[in-house]
Amino acid sequence: MKSWIARQRYLIDFTLSSLLRRKVRNLILFAVYAVSIFVLGSVMLFSHAIRREAAQILASAPEITIQKLVMGRHDLIGQDYLDAVKNIRGVRRAEGRLWGYFYDQASRANYTLMVPPPDDAARALAPGETMIGAGVARARGASQGSFLFLLSPTGKMFKLKVKSILDSASELVSADLVLVSAEDFRRFYRLDSARGFTDLALKVRNSREIDTIIEKASLKLPDARFITRRDILRTYESIFSWREGLLLALLGASIIAFAIFAFDKASGLSAEERREIGILKAVGWETGDVLAMKFWEGALISLAAFLSGVVLAYAHVFFFDAGLLAPVLKGWSVIYPQFSLAPHLDGLQIATLAFFTVVPFSAATIIPIWKAAITDPDMVMR
Amino acid sequence: MSIRKSDLALGFLGLAALSLLAVIAHALISGDARHPAAAARLVAELGLTDLALFTEARYTRHPSQADLNTPFQDHPMSFDHFPTGSLIAPPARFGPTGGFAKTPGEGAR
Repeated sequence: MKSWIARQRYLIDFTLSSLLRRKVRNLILFAVYAVSIFVLGSVMLFSHAIRREAAQILASAPEITIQKLVMGRHDLIGQDYLDAVKNIRGVRRAEGRLWGYFYDQASRANYTLMVPPPDDAARALAPGETMIGAGVARARGASQGSFLFLLSPTGKMFKLKVKSILDSASELVSADLVLVSAEDFRRFYRLDSARGFTDLALKVRNSREIDTIIEKASLKLPDARFITRRDILRTYESIFSWREGLLLALLGASIIAFAIFAFDKASGLSAEERREIGILKAVGWETGDVLAMKFWEGALISLAAFLSGVVLAYAHVFFFDAGLLAPVLKGWSVIYPQFSLAPHLDGLQIATLAFFTVVPFSAATIIPIWKAAITDPDMVMR
Repeated sequence: MSIRKSDLALGFLGLAALSLLAVIAHALISGDARHPAAAARLVAELGLTDLALFTEARYTRHPSQADLNTPFQDHPMSFDHFPTGSLIAPPARFGPTGGFAKTPGEGAR
């Protein structure tokens, strides 16, 4: 065993000397390899982390949301719909939600106006008061105690006192929120209470009864659309998977370019390398020794590039908030939430990355070398 | 005793492997500790349904609540909101394979 280790160390010494003789070429190869792994790793880590974050955050979304559809479009839903569903067995609580969109000319951004539920004591608002998300506060330069002026769709100016700014740790869901009282909301959109709510949110006692509740409710409300928490989670899963796939497809070109580069480097053995192999065989090296030496060459470059690529990708995504990829992966808008993702890395991700980078490279290097190593030294040196 | 090249190379690889282990440990420790509790609480208390990532259109601000006729949200064949619209997947049931839009003539049979 000891002699085997000593032998491998000598082989590594020899390999490194051989690599250093073609310093620039090998450094470029290492850099391109590491950058490819870094970019792929960043996309993979970011997508996994944001999918996980979305699932954790939205795990407490309403179990069932009910919308009324008129001509296939989302319409206001009346009190009678609320009365019809709240007595279905299994429904713990049913409430009408008031929320809507508002395009603010001043900041040229869309806000989401919302009325906090009546039982939310921490966010109880009197008419004339508002609580805003950190994104809105940034866009309008508002702070606690200052006033927010909004020109309503009916042309009336609304003056709202900022009671507080919503916790910036929750920006991922609250960046564009403007919370107002129900009275202000109805006045703002000129919406009398007879017209009902934006939609209904249901809380159920047992999540296994959701399908049964929807079945019963859809008989009572045939023109309603039901969105479950499961649908919401699935939507986000597919959005970020789609983005990851789209970006990976675009990066596919660079992966193929790298594969061609590696294959060309490895298969198109230079005359010098062929001569080297010929001389080694002539001085008594066996095919196995040549292969072992070349194995070490590939393994050293692969491992070093892989390890540094993965570690740099991790640092990029979780310490520098994926600055290079964020605009594509997160999306963009005037009001954009500032958030850092919770670090997440699992064995499967590392294994997938290794499989798509290290294995093709190793295969591309070892086969041509084996071909050269089994040829007659005299032929190779000629 | 002079340092051999193999020692340097193996030392570098060892160091890189250790940093990978450190990164995994960091992910395990701080990943669990940084549960987005504030956002999850707000979602539960206000009954929110979507992330505030793309605010430019209704169906990108609330993709889970959007009408089934997206992306032609405003009128049939209306232009899509670029770029978010192109980066959000169409619904799984959308398109000919999902039976949403059949090829001409098929409906007559």
